[in-house]
Amino acid sequence: MTAPVTAKSTGAVSCHVCGLLVSGRYIAEHSADCPRCDAVLHSRKINSLSRTWALLIAAAVLYIPANVYPVLTLVSFGQSTTNTIMGGVIELAQSGQLVIAVIVFVASVFVPIFKIVALLFLVVSVQLRLKIQRRKRALLYRFTEFIGRWSMIDIFMISILIGLVKLQALATVTAGPGAIAFAAVVIITMFAAMAFDPRLIWDDEGERQ
Amino acid sequence: MEIDKDFSYTEALVACPECDLIHSVPKIREGEQGRCIRCGALLFVRHKNSLNRSLAFALTGLMFFILANMFPLLTFQLEGQSESNRLIDGAIAFWNAGYWELGIVVFISSVVAPLAVLLVLITLLLPMQLNRFPFSPQFQIRLLTHLKPWAMSEIFILGIIVAFVKLQDFADVSVGLSLIAFVLMVVATVMAYLTLDESALWSRLKEIRT
Repeated sequence: MTAPVTAKSTGAVSCHVCGLLVSGRYIAEHSADCPRCDAVLHSRKINSLSRTWALLIAAAVLYIPANVYPVLTLVSFGQSTTNTIMGGVIELAQSGQLVIAVIVFVASVFVPIFKIVALLFLVVSVQLRLKIQRRKRALLYRFTEFIGRWSMIDIFMISILIGLVKLQALATVTAGPGAIAFAAVVIITMFAAMAFDPRLIWDDEGERQ
Repeated sequence: MEIDKDFSYTEALVACPECDLIHSVPKIREGEQGRCIRCGALLFVRHKNSLNRSLAFALTGLMFFILANMFPLLTFQLEGQSESNRLIDGAIAFWNAGYWELGIVVFISSVVAPLAVLLVLITLLLPMQLNRFPFSPQFQIRLLTHLKPWAMSEIFILGIIVAFVKLQDFADVSVGLSLIAFVLMVVATVMAYLTLDESALWSRLKEIRT
């Protein structure tokens, strides 16, 4: 199989903001800024793999306090209940709200773990120069990048509850420290997905073994 | 495919943003899409009256955004006492509770970024509609690209639904006028994005400049 013609193989760079294809000669003679949108041109995201690794490790570490510490406490008529992320899901399921419980479970428990594992797999597969299933891996990356933001549901839910439920002795909701760690996991994994360059999956296609 | 390496920059060819494979830009009709033959990423879309429609949706979105900030989102009643909250109150509540980091995150993702997206679209497309050159289209388009992932209004709506369900168990909760405006704002913003065709944007900018 002959090597496919990519921007990199012809010495050109595709602008990551506007998609303009700029030749290597133009960059050498003029500047490394995109002539159409002024963004700084680079052929591949800089230090993509090591940045993704660093962010993934940080996210994995923060995943523990995010799930161990409570995210919210409800004090109502003198009784107080404290929930972790998973506790909130269980409570919803027990009160019969199965659909909502499933949505929250997927967004808050499944998605963060899935993202960390999927990105880890993608980074390792690139480092091992895996040659199979490139298209499926590209699809996995696209899906991972798309679902990441949806984990913020719980943070928004907490922000609404603590703003709304503040009737002193009757009912008050307060946030717990787990919420900070949880939001950090969501944001750091979003940055990790942005740091990974999906073009690395394809870069060695057609090379001699 | 043979490529003349002597071009400086070109709009006749495009490299897939996700796998770098070079494609020649096809002539596709309005309403059609073109995907990368190697990795399947979406490369080309054409929409009828792309820029006009996107502007119309962005202006609609801005109107609903203003309405969404004027009235309560939810009202909560228990034992004769009641409390209601506006869009911005979520961020303020975190801030006041000492969780200022979360206050900033919620403020940016539910208020600042959604508003900024609409304002950038309008300041970009409205002058073009009037045949004027926007003040800095390069900067505005870069800003739009970077803002996009942080505008999370659609996720905020799901957060409201979950909060609503949780509260229903022990109190009376009612939906405020702003919630409807907020949902409509999200629909308009999504439509403004979906109808925006960036290649039409660049070619229109070139027309105006000359």
